[in-house]
Amino acid sequence: MDFWSNPVKFLDDWLTGVFSGWGMAADAARVLTAFVGILVLITLVMVLDIFLVWLERKIVSRFQDRIGPNRVGPFGLIQPFADIIKLIIKENIYPVGVDKAVFNLAPVLMMMSVLLLWAVLPLTSFLGLDLNVGVLYVIGVGALGTVAIIMAGWSSNNKYALLGSFRQVAVMISYEIPMVAALLIPTIFAGSMGINSIVAAQDTWYIVLAPLAFLLFLVSATAELGRAPFDLTEAESELIAGHHIEYSGMKFGLFYASELLHAFTFGGFIAAFFFGGWRGPWVEAYPALGLFYFIVKATIAYWLFGWIKYTFPRIRIDKMLDLNWKFLVPFAFVLVPFLALMHALLRETSFYALGMFLANIALGWATIEILRRRAHGERAKVEGAVEMHG
Amino acid sequence: MQSDWTFIGLFLIVGALIPAAAIVVSALLSPRKPNPIKDSTYECGIETVGENWVQFKAQYYIFALVFLVFDVETVFLFPWALSLNQLGLFAVVEGIIFIGILVAGLVYAWRKGMLEWV
Repeated sequence: MDFWSNPVKFLDDWLTGVFSGWGMAADAARVLTAFVGILVLITLVMVLDIFLVWLERKIVSRFQDRIGPNRVGPFGLIQPFADIIKLIIKENIYPVGVDKAVFNLAPVLMMMSVLLLWAVLPLTSFLGLDLNVGVLYVIGVGALGTVAIIMAGWSSNNKYALLGSFRQVAVMISYEIPMVAALLIPTIFAGSMGINSIVAAQDTWYIVLAPLAFLLFLVSATAELGRAPFDLTEAESELIAGHHIEYSGMKFGLFYASELLHAFTFGGFIAAFFFGGWRGPWVEAYPALGLFYFIVKATIAYWLFGWIKYTFPRIRIDKMLDLNWKFLVPFAFVLVPFLALMHALLRETSFYALGMFLANIALGWATIEILRRRAHGERAKVEGAVEMHG
Repeated sequence: MQSDWTFIGLFLIVGALIPAAAIVVSALLSPRKPNPIKDSTYECGIETVGENWVQFKAQYYIFALVFLVFDVETVFLFPWALSLNQLGLFAVVEGIIFIGILVAGLVYAWRKGMLEWV
């Protein structure tokens, strides 16, 4: 068998053969091989996470007109390793009244919820499970991180931490709905919930067919990730650090690392759902090339999250819930049937992609027009009230 | 399919072990010198007042109720979305009616003032 057409399968068969050669049962050998494979994948993901710390600091310093880490190693690349050594040898502080078991479990669960998403992330055509409930798996596992945040906030015995986790719950349960609706659209187009199948079905990138669904997903993903402008859980100016206020040392490090990795993972999902994932030129001939395309697209999407984070100011919690319930949710419930209808009508025609794109533009324009009129009316009302009192 | 879920199970185990290992290593290597001042609850530099487990606003509960309705309903939409390519235009119209009922629920909650943050 050719190694480069599917290296993972090749190594898998080879290792299973080695284990069977040691006199292991066929099933046990297969499970052990899978275990080794997962160990390697997760270790690589953790190494990637270390570089994300460096990347994040470089991005933020560019946005703030600074240089960023540049002393330790070339371009400061060794800096995150130095940070990790520092975090590991720092004292673990248990403040008074902490529920120790839950306090220690929370960072582990937080990291685990992010790592679990990598099981279905379509890195290449042969890596990443094609679960038949893939999209629901992403939503379900994504919500696990919120459980970790509640555990952290509750066990810390700190008002600010608890308030931060209350907010996170409100945000999560609100923004889950537009996110599910946005993910319905790739499911409709591809006719499959397996994420690798959705990528394989993207002869035209779904950003062309459904740019509005992409925007919806981007906004709700930013909220789910708890990144600015939706980082009300952390809100330094009000809650100091939110749920991880009492954490120190490596446990804080895990919260920090999982936040960055979560953002990168969702960058990967944006790439998979809307930018054709591992697809690109010559990928049919050399499937391993897909990994390169995927990483490039995911990094660009990750940079987009960074751009949003360092550009917009934080919004207030009532405004944030208003944005969700009074704009995103109604919009999502117009968008899904509209795109489903257009898809059903145009699917057989020759101008499918162009028609879908124009339909999106038309709906986007109509939405902006309605919002503009509404805002105009609200402003007139407020100005009228000011004049009456003034 | 069976092997897929075995894979997920293994992922769960390894995904929990690696962060746990990081915490254990850190616990072994780090110093332990607690004192009452260091272990006090952190709050803006002043002593904390009253009970630390504060009550949550009732408003969160209302949002949770509204969410519950929508989340269950949106999960019902996934089978519809999956088979849309085979079912054709009639299923689309049915889906639109279903979503229309959902939106009526949202409008009701909105008119009742459930979505206001008070």
